[in-house]
Amino acid sequence: MKRVVLPLLALGLLTSAASAQTLRIGLAEDPDILDPTLARTFVGRIVFMGLCDKLLDIDKDLKLVPQLATEWSWSPDQKSVTFKIRPNVKFHDGEKLDAEAVRYSIDRHLNLQGSFRRSEINVVKAIDVVDPQTVKVSMDAPFSPLLAQFTDRAGMVLSPKAAKEAGPNFGAKPICSGPYKFVERVQQDRIVLEKFKEHWNAGAYGFERVTYLPIVDGTVRLANLRSGQLDMIERLQASDVAEVKKDARLKFVSQTGLGYTGITINVANSDRAKSNVLAKDKRIRQALELSLDRDAINQVVFNGEFRTGNQWVPPTNPWYVKSVPTPKRDVAKAKELLKAAGVTNPSFTLMVPTGNEAQQVSQVVQAMAKESGFDVKIQQVEFATSLQAAQKGDFEAFFIGWSGRVDPDGNLTSFIACDGGNNDGKFCNPQVTAALAETRSTSNFEQRALAYEKIAKVNADEMPRIYLYHATLFYAMNPKVDGFVAVPDGLIRLSGMKMN
Amino acid sequence: MLTYIVRRILISIPTIVFVSIVVFGLQLLLPGDPALALAGEERDPAVIAELRRVYHLDEPIWKQYLIWVGNVLQGDLGESIRLKLPVGDLVTAKLPVTMQLASMAILIAICIGIPMGIISAVKKETPLDYAANVVALSGISVPSFWLGIMMILLFSVHLGWLPASGFVKPTESLSQNLQTMIMPAFVLSSVTTAIFMRHTRSAMLAVLRSDYVRTARAKGLREPRVIFRHALRNAIIPVVTLGAIQLGELMSGAVLTEQIFTIPGFGKLIVDAVFNRDYAVVQGVVLCTATGFIFLNLCADLIYFLVNPRMRG
Repeated sequence: MKRVVLPLLALGLLTSAASAQTLRIGLAEDPDILDPTLARTFVGRIVFMGLCDKLLDIDKDLKLVPQLATEWSWSPDQKSVTFKIRPNVKFHDGEKLDAEAVRYSIDRHLNLQGSFRRSEINVVKAIDVVDPQTVKVSMDAPFSPLLAQFTDRAGMVLSPKAAKEAGPNFGAKPICSGPYKFVERVQQDRIVLEKFKEHWNAGAYGFERVTYLPIVDGTVRLANLRSGQLDMIERLQASDVAEVKKDARLKFVSQTGLGYTGITINVANSDRAKSNVLAKDKRIRQALELSLDRDAINQVVFNGEFRTGNQWVPPTNPWYVKSVPTPKRDVAKAKELLKAAGVTNPSFTLMVPTGNEAQQVSQVVQAMAKESGFDVKIQQVEFATSLQAAQKGDFEAFFIGWSGRVDPDGNLTSFIACDGGNNDGKFCNPQVTAALAETRSTSNFEQRALAYEKIAKVNADEMPRIYLYHATLFYAMNPKVDGFVAVPDGLIRLSGMKMN
Repeated sequence: MLTYIVRRILISIPTIVFVSIVVFGLQLLLPGDPALALAGEERDPAVIAELRRVYHLDEPIWKQYLIWVGNVLQGDLGESIRLKLPVGDLVTAKLPVTMQLASMAILIAICIGIPMGIISAVKKETPLDYAANVVALSGISVPSFWLGIMMILLFSVHLGWLPASGFVKPTESLSQNLQTMIMPAFVLSSVTTAIFMRHTRSAMLAVLRSDYVRTARAKGLREPRVIFRHALRNAIIPVVTLGAIQLGELMSGAVLTEQIFTIPGFGKLIVDAVFNRDYAVVQGVVLCTATGFIFLNLCADLIYFLVNPRMRG
């Protein structure tokens, strides 16, 4: 017996010593292609944080911080921005990262067939290499959200040599300049990265290897963490939060995300809007909002872990308009508004994508609205189908979320601009259009904030969308994992992380 | 023999063609615009239009089908829209994983189900028979996702004996491969074990009542010889056919098991593809599964042909 047990123990000790150098992260989904130009999933962005450096990054307060660009400045007319590129940076293939590589990467994001980055930076009209360490990006018109776009995949710089050689297959073996280099990927099983010793900030990264393991089922993901198969998991289920908080063998971290969930109202899209009672009078929409107790929804469905709100950014966000606070539930006033609008029992259908949480929230909404006289019919629809119906205008009210962007423009313009791609309700207001243009035309915080205040007031009055809550991002980890800082974009930044 | 094989293969061809039409047609019935589902949150109209063009989503359905069939006949199953990888490569990479899982499951089912069925028949209406029936009924009625999660909690979280999920290739480490596969294989085998047990039991009961078994006993043969040499040999024939069907069933049953245990096989591939409207992957995987199923049935017929001398007459 001893003969068997001793080698096994020795093997166990060796395994744990080796795994101390490896960080194993459980992901909620399997990422799509690992090409920053062609990728489109949130989960893929988590992996890119290890693989590819970007021009800029954000910190936990959403402030822009340098990464590959050490400095940046807007031109006086706000139509171009100049980046100073960090010197002595190398790609994983040993090639030098310079201004030309930055130009190549932005150009690839703009022009590669099938690029999902084009729509994010299509305002860019020219990319000029000023000198080997300086790049100037120009636009036809001012567009202040551009810098925020460079904090994500559109700002990732790829090795031009590797990208040219690999063509559309770059994602099979991505070569960037991030703190970790690609080792292998087994589809739907694991992605393995290894520390890039020549990284410009290699000292800040404590693990020799990082392995990402997609485990879709939240319960199984947590079980893997508990059994020691994983060191950290993202997107812990809200229903598991209380249990994890109590468990001394686990560490819990949370952060309010950038996104929101709300109800989009079809005010002018297709014939369905004409028969939609919610589109007839803004007072009916206001009454619906006043019927809802956002805090109760949060308590009932999310154990109070989410953050309620009435705008496109959460109240913790620097862009939140404080002068337009979340109204309290007021059923009496809601009934008055309905009476003034000439309806007593308005009936509408709430289209809800399938999923437990969405279903629960919609049922709470239904029950609350009923007290004011609303008859809410819940229509559960598979997600892709609901998107199609929303785009066609085949809905009255649509329960839908948005994952969120760093710049508030990304949470707002395409949803509220008259020609916005995500403006499913086809709300169109000239005041909003003018204010949106103002927000884009300047990088001055105060000026932009004033324009957003105008939009918040219009939204609170016209109510084309009832914002309900902002999801909190939950992480659970082995207590020995140290140095993790949760940032509102939900990505796992490996800088400063180590195993104690 | 050769004529029989050729005839069976020829009969399989229209089945595969029919399956290809059904696969193609059914997924087109799936509501929702695939281009919209694939375009990402931004829903950029230019991206949507390009997706439609590149993946022929703007063509009439019959033309899409002909393009696909034409490519399949040339050995090209298309490209995964989501992963930008050839479907053929994905199938080749995932098939052995699911095959291993299904084979292990069927092995477990044979090793447990058939002996349980024999014991149950021989010891009819004894506590052993009742216990075997309870086990069989539990295997059929307990949902595999529940059983899987319970096993993870017991063997991984509480006892720490086995990894909760994941997969290691047998070429990398056979022992780790077996450690990762044993729980999913057991979960996957639960229904099949029960079915094998029930079928073996009823077949054995029928055979044990037959005249030739009575004659064998009258000749003074020892009971084990009667059971294994005479009764089981005949009783096992329908179980062989059932085994082939069950192997096919296990391939599809693996969808849920692979999802729970995060085994990167066919099941996980198809689930992800369906939710992402990755049509090329769905078509490729279902076509390969259906072809495999037909092939397995063909093999079962051939084994049946070999096992049962009356078929050769």
